[in-house]
Amino acid sequence: MSVDTNTVRRVARLARIAVSDAEVEAMQGELNAILGFVEQLSEVDVDGVEPMTSVTPMEMKKRRDIVNDGGKADDIVANAPVQDEHFFVVPKVVE
Amino acid sequence: MTDLTALTIAEARDRLIAKDVSASELTEAYIKAIDAANETLNTYVAVTPEKARDMAKASDARIAKGEAGALEGIPLGIKDLFATEGVHTQACSHILDKFKPRYESTVTANLWADGAVMLGKLNMDEFAMGSSNETSYYGPVKNPWRRKGSNMDLVPGGSSGGSAAAVAAHLCAGATATDTGGSIRQPAALTGTVGIKPTYGRCSRWGTVAFASSLDQAGPIARDVRDAAIMLKSMASVDPKDTTSVDRTVPDYEASVGRSVKGLRIGVPREYRVDGMPEEIEALWQQGIAWLKDAGAEIVDVSLPHTRYALPAYYIVAPAEASSNLARYDGVRYGLRMPGRDVIDMYEQTRATGFGREVKRRIMIGTYVLSAGYYDAYYLRAQKVRTLIKRDFENVYADGIDALLTPATPSAAFGIADEDMASDPVKMYLNDIFTVTVNMAGLPGIAVPAGLSAEGTPLGLQLIGRPFDEETLFATASVIEKAAGRYTPAKWW
Repeated sequence: MSVDTNTVRRVARLARIAVSDAEVEAMQGELNAILGFVEQLSEVDVDGVEPMTSVTPMEMKKRRDIVNDGGKADDIVANAPVQDEHFFVVPKVVE
Repeated sequence: MTDLTALTIAEARDRLIAKDVSASELTEAYIKAIDAANETLNTYVAVTPEKARDMAKASDARIAKGEAGALEGIPLGIKDLFATEGVHTQACSHILDKFKPRYESTVTANLWADGAVMLGKLNMDEFAMGSSNETSYYGPVKNPWRRKGSNMDLVPGGSSGGSAAAVAAHLCAGATATDTGGSIRQPAALTGTVGIKPTYGRCSRWGTVAFASSLDQAGPIARDVRDAAIMLKSMASVDPKDTTSVDRTVPDYEASVGRSVKGLRIGVPREYRVDGMPEEIEALWQQGIAWLKDAGAEIVDVSLPHTRYALPAYYIVAPAEASSNLARYDGVRYGLRMPGRDVIDMYEQTRATGFGREVKRRIMIGTYVLSAGYYDAYYLRAQKVRTLIKRDFENVYADGIDALLTPATPSAAFGIADEDMASDPVKMYLNDIFTVTVNMAGLPGIAVPAGLSAEGTPLGLQLIGRPFDEETLFATASVIEKAAGRYTPAKWW
């Protein structure tokens, strides 16, 4: 399978990465090179093979669903590019 | 006076405990060495001399009281991927500009609890995506090794290129690193250092910037096998904060260094003899086989039939997980923000400016293979292939093989800005051809220096172990180390 420029733009939109026309061209070539490389997987017989979900056989650790941490609003917003009274500030989303 | 930076961790430990040298003196020696070398080699992206001096002073106080920890007073470099409280942690990406975490990663917390001293944060490929340390926002690291009679700058490998180069150039006693497809073992091999990626689940991933969560593992890069064993003992732990941290006691890895390999069955997988492999890599491999035979190990020809599919499967699984993990960098909660017309444009401009080319490429591939209509053809198929790759190893181990011996890399260090590598992303990816299988199967792997190329640069061998049997790797690697000797670059910087 190979991607055309429209697909590159669609994927960039899904990935939330702005791309220029020149970048779309370059990315198309690079993505197709990588997709060409992974194409060889289609020759593997995977009939009846379970997809891997956990690389080490282990049971997922669980804990009680109780509050065990908190009161860290200062820490949480400390690295925010824009914050106001413990809120993250973003451009207006509702008109 | 001998140069204190020439001491291994084990040697420094003995001299610190004997009060023959103080942690403060040792730390000063490293700060001085970093000051003199960093502008040239670019190994550290942030040096923390004040923090190092404070930590060394506290170590000296504990040593005086007879309360020394396992790494008391040992100055270490930390890969920029590990969260260090209040200190530069940016995964060498522009998008994490000014990020200073308010918490400490479990791995580094374990090291500090054992008395280690932090010298600073080490350069790496951006978000650990790369095999040459050239994707770092902070520029490439120079390998302290040069080819015979040449001044050409070589890459130290990647993504833990800063870690490997700093260890090789004696700018830290040892370094933390991480390995998703070979990022510990490949740079270790290219710099004449020892690097081990432990079994998936052995080191906690908590507080380590995520790349591909089902593949990422932390491990040390050190000057010799013993030092790597000492460091891994401290880095590994059982951590309730990481659901994939495995509930097993951490063994005393150092005790296995020098242990006899007599009677061990070492597999040599025939599929690792790849087309176009340089003759000197084949010769190195044969030399490794001979050394292990001489030490009493039995060499067995084995087959891992799905080996050739590991790298293509990796380039689906790893970007898929990366595209999901890196969705968090949106210019809202931390790091860089670029202005935009609206919130979506702000996200898009931030991510376009903040991510480098290789990272964007992998996010795009990951987004594509997970997108509607392609999931089954790519991601699901790759995860099935991954099951087959793991099964290959299980079959070999079930037949009584204790460990596998392979080359660590398909070549020695190449030049910075190598045109061949830059022209095709897949060429760069092929650097990980011998290491990536190990991540796909979650196994432990160690790279140990075994010789020099015709050009006088280091070459390494890799040993792959059974799950959680790092001890056999340390024992076997120490046989190779003893036979091959240790390699230190001639200082030119």
